[in-house]
Amino acid sequence: MTIQTSLGRRGFLVSGAAVAGGFSLGFHLPFEGNEAQAQAVKELNAWVVIHPDDKVVIRIARSEMGQGTLTGLCQLVAEELDCDWSKVTWEYPTPGENLKRNRVWRNFSTGGSRGIRESQQYVREGGATAREMLIAAAAKQWNVPAAECSAANSIITHKASGKTVTYGAVAAAASALEPPKEVKLKDPKDWKIAGKPLKRLDTVEKVTGQQMYGMDYTMPGLLNATVRACPVIGGKLKDFDAGKAEKMPGVKKIFAIDGNAVVVVADTYWQAKTALDAVVTNWDIGDLGKVSTATINAMLKEGLDAKEAFVGNKAGDAQKAIEGAAKKVEAVYSFPYQHHVTMEPMNATARYTADKCEVWCGTQNGEAALAAASEAAGLPVSQCEVYKLMLGGGFGRRGRSDYVRQAVLAAKQMPGTPIKLIWSREEDMTHCQYHPTTMAKLTAGLDAQGNLVGLQIRLSGQSILASLLPQNLVNGMDPIAFQGLMQSGVEAAYGYDIPNLMIDHAMRNPHITAGFWRGVNVNQNAVYMECFMDELAAAAGQDPLAFRLKYLKPKWAAVLKAACDKAGYGKPLPEGRFHGISQVMGYGSYVAGVAEVSVSKDGQLKIHKITAATNPGHVVNPAQIDRQVAGSFVYGLSAALYGEITVKDGAVEQTNFDSYNVMRIDEMPDVETVLVPTHDFWGGVGEPTIAVAAPAVLNAIAKATGKRVRNLPLMNNDLKKGA
Amino acid sequence: MAVLNVNGKAVDYTADPNTPLLWVLREQLGLTGTKYGCGIAQCGSCTVHIDGAPVRSCSVPVNSVGDKKILTIEALAANGVLNKIQKAWVELDVPQCGYCQSGMVMAATALLAAKPNPTDADIDEAMTNICRCGTYQQVRAAIHAAAKA
Repeated sequence: MTIQTSLGRRGFLVSGAAVAGGFSLGFHLPFEGNEAQAQAVKELNAWVVIHPDDKVVIRIARSEMGQGTLTGLCQLVAEELDCDWSKVTWEYPTPGENLKRNRVWRNFSTGGSRGIRESQQYVREGGATAREMLIAAAAKQWNVPAAECSAANSIITHKASGKTVTYGAVAAAASALEPPKEVKLKDPKDWKIAGKPLKRLDTVEKVTGQQMYGMDYTMPGLLNATVRACPVIGGKLKDFDAGKAEKMPGVKKIFAIDGNAVVVVADTYWQAKTALDAVVTNWDIGDLGKVSTATINAMLKEGLDAKEAFVGNKAGDAQKAIEGAAKKVEAVYSFPYQHHVTMEPMNATARYTADKCEVWCGTQNGEAALAAASEAAGLPVSQCEVYKLMLGGGFGRRGRSDYVRQAVLAAKQMPGTPIKLIWSREEDMTHCQYHPTTMAKLTAGLDAQGNLVGLQIRLSGQSILASLLPQNLVNGMDPIAFQGLMQSGVEAAYGYDIPNLMIDHAMRNPHITAGFWRGVNVNQNAVYMECFMDELAAAAGQDPLAFRLKYLKPKWAAVLKAACDKAGYGKPLPEGRFHGISQVMGYGSYVAGVAEVSVSKDGQLKIHKITAATNPGHVVNPAQIDRQVAGSFVYGLSAALYGEITVKDGAVEQTNFDSYNVMRIDEMPDVETVLVPTHDFWGGVGEPTIAVAAPAVLNAIAKATGKRVRNLPLMNNDLKKGA
Repeated sequence: MAVLNVNGKAVDYTADPNTPLLWVLREQLGLTGTKYGCGIAQCGSCTVHIDGAPVRSCSVPVNSVGDKKILTIEALAANGVLNKIQKAWVELDVPQCGYCQSGMVMAATALLAAKPNPTDADIDEAMTNICRCGTYQQVRAAIHAAAKA
């Protein structure tokens, strides 16, 4: 079988003098050469392989992209396996192998903060099953009942006789046994490996330059390629002139793919890029050239008052309640397009022959990449394979396989030659599936005592499903548009109990492709809801926390109170500093944030601290949750401060970090994470807290300046006094 | 054929003289620990040391380097022993996806060489590298930890 593996972290040696000599140095080639080893040592089951030297190899189907899922999943397997954590290493099974084995590793898709919460049950069962088989093998060897044996730390003990044996010594015998039909999983309160703040399994490689990403992959005979697709998404290639480029050094071939892009293949990327710059392209963009941010905004504004809309959440009669209310409050908010900007631009290596197509790449969805390779190659899936490499960031972007398709189409032009197709940052910035742009009109009624009697939220804007997965629309409606505002469910339910409520969505879809962006629609829905709650609290003359607590359901309220308690909300702050709060439920977890900010007289914002509480149900690795929460604020606050993709003449205007700014270390607030797990469900942690960053900061800004920012990003708003 | 002084050795390479040092390191010399992130000296993923100073190698034409000493992430751990910054990075579990971390480690190593006890303001000034996973809090803590080590 074909298996990819990581560098074993124990016994890691920095390869010396990885300088002179070329491509063979400084690389770790996965799966090649490991095949023989994998065959020699028989697996206990799909998840666990134990070598004679006690090394434990845990197979991870989800993709590691920085979020720590591989360490967390290894902890869960190791916990049930009762193995020695110091002996644990990991490897990726391939998507092709998964299909051949009737999807024994189940879902490879890595997004929606699902990695751990949706696979925890079956990976734990994999660990527990392997443990039972190891114990059974030892018991058989000793001729004692298995029930008299116990396992801990990779050692099986028969207490009565005092006999012990290591996992490695009985693994071969155990692999020949029938697996038990049922296993009992541990009570999380008895966990020794899971639930603990263990270190990541993939760190040393990343601080020594040894970690190989898709961008770093090579093999003998590999050529490099780069691509320029029509700058207007949906436009076509009319014609191109490569006369000059063809003669440039190193250039092997220049051709069009998919009728919308030109590819240059050369010895090196730099040669390919330089030659591509010399290719003259003519595009057919039709009426798309008339689209701009202004026309898109006009389209969304129209949706705010449109008659037709999809109803996502409804209770009582909101309109009637608001009409009869003592006080009416209304506000309109907007949220622009965002780009993921993974640090590693899109890339993939493909090798095509008449009967086989192979792809090496970072992907959040190995099986989707495999399907894309099959389709582009025109070969059955069984003749294709994808070898997953480490991702230099995903954030939803690498859940799509457009770059895989392009690499395969390029490789098809040169059968037998491996082609590494690399997108320049500029190509990456202008050809994304962007976080959708939306607007919201919120209207509420307060009674004479300042109670919220009715609330209407009209969302207007782009649907991700309509853009990427129209088959998943429900009678035309995009349920994901209501993330964080959903009527019920375990995923992203609305936390407020309001007697009269109407939340609907006027779908307005510009031609810019929309996609899943870390946190997805929870991000802007939380901005709309949580900022408006502060506006309502102000209109009612009440404290924002007290006002929210009148309507929040218990689990939502508990996490908000935990964040506020930790942050000292309501207690005096240093001169000039203000607290803003927010809460939301997303990705199965309950989260809340308290931002502490100051705004100088000349309008300079300083975010001093964010205290964030999370109830993810069960906690698999508190140290990694800490890092995910802190990191999520960099992502969310980068968007809030600077993130804005604009459109001119149908094309995205931003091209690189100089026109699409993101947070640096000097703007990083102190982040304090508060974990308040209730141990009764499994929630995700990669995304939910992103959504509380922006509204908490905006609410604090409103307190500091009296200015209510309703249109992001913040850089377009003047926070100066009197401005 | 031309020569560069990389990680203590004279190495031959063949490339157009205007090729950025980054791509010569990655494509001619196989030193892929130095990353391509933006190509316009913004993100810092391509940071190497030239004569001890941190430089964004994506924006340095290879023919401008001459015989200056280039140090890349691959040679930071002398004889396989991680340097202070790398050790602190491992100790504090700094990297997430890790793609920016070669550049971060190179920038932090240069900072510590210049200022053995950097203040937060020194860190803000020197560490202009972009990390999209958001490891900044750990980066700051690890630099302080390395300074104390």
